[in-house]
Amino acid sequence: MSKHSEHGPHAHSYSIYILVWLALMILTGVTVAVAGINFGSLTVATALLIASVKTYLVLTIFMHLRVEQKVFKVFVFVAFLFFLISIVLLFSDYSFM
Amino acid sequence: MSVHVHEHAHAHVHRDDIGGRMGMWLFLFTELILFGGLFFLYAVYRFMNQEDFHLAAKELNTMIGTFNTAILLTSSLTMALSITAIQRNSKKLSIFFQIVTIVLALGFMVNKYFEWTTKFHHGIYPGSEELLAQSSGQILFFGLYYVMTGLHGLHVIIGMVLIGVMTRFTAKGIVNSDSYVKLEAAGLYWHLVDIIWIFLFPLFYLIT
Repeated sequence: MSKHSEHGPHAHSYSIYILVWLALMILTGVTVAVAGINFGSLTVATALLIASVKTYLVLTIFMHLRVEQKVFKVFVFVAFLFFLISIVLLFSDYSFM
Repeated sequence: MSVHVHEHAHAHVHRDDIGGRMGMWLFLFTELILFGGLFFLYAVYRFMNQEDFHLAAKELNTMIGTFNTAILLTSSLTMALSITAIQRNSKKLSIFFQIVTIVLALGFMVNKYFEWTTKFHHGIYPGSEELLAQSSGQILFFGLYYVMTGLHGLHVIIGMVLIGVMTRFTAKGIVNSDSYVKLEAAGLYWHLVDIIWIFLFPLFYLIT
């Protein structure tokens, strides 16, 4: 087994983190700017969509998922899938009350 | 390779860094359930009290919220940079980034302190007469606000302590360029705290 895979991923440089940070800051600015405009029911959806993009960036780059073994990605995917299922079931219940 | 192993046979300590990181991820999933439940609660109550939530959210200061978001995102950056630094054997740089992370986290909590005390001065806190006089939807909004940002704040404090311990470990050489899984685990925790805030921020501060 190589030292690389045993001790963890080494693939990230300083610059990619700074780029991701810039993207996160810009997306924060966009969320704040967009919140002022009224899209009606789409306002919340837009905010959540931007938050999801930010989360994706943090998970893949800051939390190293991009260079992590496949099993980690499957784990996180399954966790989020069940979270999503829960919220869909919850709202399908409340929407018809 | 076998010669290499033989040479280090005395110093060999069993280590499973992948297992260590996986354990941390499993813990983070329990955090997802903890905060997830609160987000579900928020979603349902907001769905049932839309007008009241909009009204109540006007009390929150978007400026402080945005500023705190920027602080937390930047602290996530410095945390990630500290791991790259230790991977490259720059011990001092790694310690520097870790200390910057702690200072930024402290800044976040100071802002939070002023934000909460201002609310308290306005008479808005759980169980206050002023709040109880408002509609049930507004009471729910502030109840959720205090519980969710409070629990998040607690996580920030725990994160600060954790990173502080890591800084000591790095200084003593327990965390080094060959073995830094502890620092990575602290980093994973810190990024999760960041992700939770990424959702808390628009859901509480940006409903107008």
